[in-house]
Amino acid sequence: MDFIMNLPFATIVLSLFCAVICFAFKDKKARFVSYFLLIASGIMSASVIFYNLSSESGYFVYRMGHYDAPIGNEISAGLLEPSFLLLFEVVMLLSLMGGSHRIMRDVEEEKQKYFAIMVNLTHASLAALCYTNDIFTGYVFIEVCTIASCSLLMLSKRTRALVAATRYMIFSLIGSSLVLVGIILLYSITGHLLFPQLYEAIGTLWSTGEYTFPLTIALGLIVSGLAIKSGMFPFHFWMPDTYGTATPSASGILSGVVSKGYIFLLLKIIFRVIGYEVFLDSKIHYLLFLFGICGMIVGSVSAIKTNNINFMIAYSSAAQIGYIYMGLGLGTKAAIVAALFQIVAHSLTKPMLFLSVSGLSDTVDGKQDFATLRSSAHNNIVAAVSYSAGALSMVGIPIFAGFIPKLLFSISAFGHGIKTYLMLIALAISTILNVLYFLRTLINIYSPAKVESARKTIRFKNVPTFGVIVLLMSALNILAGLRSQPIVSLFEKGLELFINIR
Amino acid sequence: MNLLINYEAVTSMVLFAIGFTMLVFSRNIMKKILGLNIVDTGVYLFLASMGYIEGKLTPIVPATGEVNALDYINPIPQGLVLTGIVVSVSFSALMLALTVRLYKKYRTLNLDKIYEMCRKEDEQK
Amino acid sequence: MKNKKFSSLLKEWYEGNLSFDERMDSDIHKKETAETEEKEIRLVKDVEKAEKELTSKGYKFFSVIFCVILALILILTVNFMPLFADDSTPTANEVYEHYVGEGRDQTGAVNTVAGMILDYRAFDTLGESFVLFTATCAVLLLLEQSKKQKVKEKESFTFSNDPIVCTIVKIITPIIIVFGVYVLFNGHISPGGGFSGGSVLGAGFILFAMAYGEDNAAKIITPKIIRVITICSLSFYCLAKSYSFFTGNEFNGIHSIITPGTPGDIVSGGLILPLNIAVGLVVCCTMYSFYMVFKRGRLD
Repeated sequence: MDFIMNLPFATIVLSLFCAVICFAFKDKKARFVSYFLLIASGIMSASVIFYNLSSESGYFVYRMGHYDAPIGNEISAGLLEPSFLLLFEVVMLLSLMGGSHRIMRDVEEEKQKYFAIMVNLTHASLAALCYTNDIFTGYVFIEVCTIASCSLLMLSKRTRALVAATRYMIFSLIGSSLVLVGIILLYSITGHLLFPQLYEAIGTLWSTGEYTFPLTIALGLIVSGLAIKSGMFPFHFWMPDTYGTATPSASGILSGVVSKGYIFLLLKIIFRVIGYEVFLDSKIHYLLFLFGICGMIVGSVSAIKTNNINFMIAYSSAAQIGYIYMGLGLGTKAAIVAALFQIVAHSLTKPMLFLSVSGLSDTVDGKQDFATLRSSAHNNIVAAVSYSAGALSMVGIPIFAGFIPKLLFSISAFGHGIKTYLMLIALAISTILNVLYFLRTLINIYSPAKVESARKTIRFKNVPTFGVIVLLMSALNILAGLRSQPIVSLFEKGLELFINIR
Repeated sequence: MNLLINYEAVTSMVLFAIGFTMLVFSRNIMKKILGLNIVDTGVYLFLASMGYIEGKLTPIVPATGEVNALDYINPIPQGLVLTGIVVSVSFSALMLALTVRLYKKYRTLNLDKIYEMCRKEDEQK
Repeated sequence: MKNKKFSSLLKEWYEGNLSFDERMDSDIHKKETAETEEKEIRLVKDVEKAEKELTSKGYKFFSVIFCVILALILILTVNFMPLFADDSTPTANEVYEHYVGEGRDQTGAVNTVAGMILDYRAFDTLGESFVLFTATCAVLLLLEQSKKQKVKEKESFTFSNDPIVCTIVKIITPIIIVFGVYVLFNGHISPGGGFSGGSVLGAGFILFAMAYGEDNAAKIITPKIIRVITICSLSFYCLAKSYSFFTGNEFNGIHSIITPGTPGDIVSGGLILPLNIAVGLVVCCTMYSFYMVFKRGRLD
């Protein structure tokens, strides 16, 4: 069974290889390579999870070369890494399949193979970000991920997508340069690039008080760079344009997977490089907590103000990412488990919302403002059902996945003095605002139209894959909401491994 | 004062700050790309100066005989600079390609103008 | 907006007719009456106004302040950093000693940097060449014109009728290409390697294309060749590194048959030489296709 230990590396190399193979194809056959890759890697990630669950330590390190850690490069897999990669793969596969009819329409025919290439490269870089045990490898694959995800956005025919891509690239570049300078500062005071050695060196430096100031600055730069790239509150302005103008599959992948990939790398760096004690000691988490709470409120208020349904969902992403940072910033393990579950809930819900909104707006010739979308639910019932499921999940209604993180957050909030009140109040306000704007869209799409206008009715049989996929996503959402306990205990175990295994 | 000895690091950090400010605040896309390149230059200077050790040789060892590691400078920063250069080339190319497309469409390099025009265009549809 | 009752405001908001941005609101109402030309004039005026607001003195002053504060923080950081050119810095640790001291015997590369990036830390370099590949694809998808759009463009300016330029390029190009190949093949025994050699090669081809016109260059280096070289090099890179990663872990029970060879020979260093060539070809193709796509909007 030791063979399974090869699978993390096989996932990464296979997806790089598939990207190169797709470059040889002339037409859209390349898409099937992507499907194959995502399914195969999903199976591989699942087997790594089962292997680690059954093995004694639940964790292994794989050498990328012939030499051990400080000399050679390596990757590591515990429980959290393959679980999140599996989540990313499932979400990517579903949003790719569900939006395939839109890809055909939104992307020029000759460029459709590039969509597959970029999906493969995004997957490769996400796998590398999940499994990496070396901070510079992390940086290199962050860059692959940035270019690939930006290309997914640029592929849309609309010129507005190009403008959005420029904006997205600039924010990403700001984040990358901060991460890069943080990494080299860290290297120059520790002399290591691999996670275990960095952890030791940072622990020693922090306890002896040597280089404390450069260390704090370096860690702050890395954390803030990754936070900017994932769209934390003051840097969320690229979100509406980016998610609103890309083709639905790309919006789903960008919002549900790519930004979460950066957050996962951040989490890995916090636990495996900085060390949780040093992280709490350095007080960086207060900033994350504050910005997270601000993001929750500001994102929701912006979502209320806009009249475009795609922009509203994008702003709600900013709010949901605020939840994740609030959990990371609270500084308890329970809150981090809640944040992890929030990642799951959000990744499952957002692509579904983008897909179903595309289904709804297809009935009114691609328009996205509320006044036109009124009563569109009657013209595309499948999309309306899945939209309702997604909206209820985002609001946090029990039995949907979105309810669990809110519950876990409120449980974990107690007993932290002023933070408890801040967190509970922020949760309450944010939930009320969520209800406001999602209920508004729900009422709008179901209520009868005031003015008769030309509408196209889209039935299930017109786009069967779309229907099956969005219903499947709703079912997954409800499943994650009903059977949350196994996932939570898996995350708790994985987090223990993150903290304890060295 | 360490600053007088670390003058290369100081220079690189000043370059980083200038480039970063250009990247964030400049409204012209070309200037943003230039800022990105200045940021990278600062980072390479920092890395290259970090590997340097007074009085030691470049890390190309003789083909035969004993190698005393302490005679040579640190090769790791050089490898990191190489990676950094490749990444920066890729980003510059991508950003320049985006700029070409945007300029062909809007005939301006000012990002605010482009945003504004693009928004109006969307509303008029 | 201000004089309405709250309930009616709420209703308007629910139906999506309430706009929080006053300027956008007024535009919608005027839209029907205004002519297209007027619209454009207003648009330009609006844009100029917005530009003035943003590039005002306050904005510039603020950015200068930001730059100074950032620089001061980073300089303060540098103040506490290890000293320059010192041999007791944290970076001069056992990893560096291993790379320099054992590198030649373990990897077979006399050039320690090549040994480090292509053997010890080869995963980084794999990612790095894929950054280039991703960028090539991104530039192609942005700038490559589809075959339908291919209109007859005006004759682009070439030097092919200029005897001075042509003669010099005729002499220089082979030298540049030979030098590039030299740098590529000697990457493991002297300064150089895939990335530098590849860019020299690419520069040679670009020079040729500039002097003799892109049409002539495209007849020799067709898009198909570029595609085939890129795909073959990257696939070879993936497979070779998979083999060495796979054999690098003892539990797989297979030992690598690749030996370092005699350090200093051209054919030595195990996989380093073939990998250098593969990387060099990728870099060369990338540089050349960047030039062609930016210049002509297509590869052929």
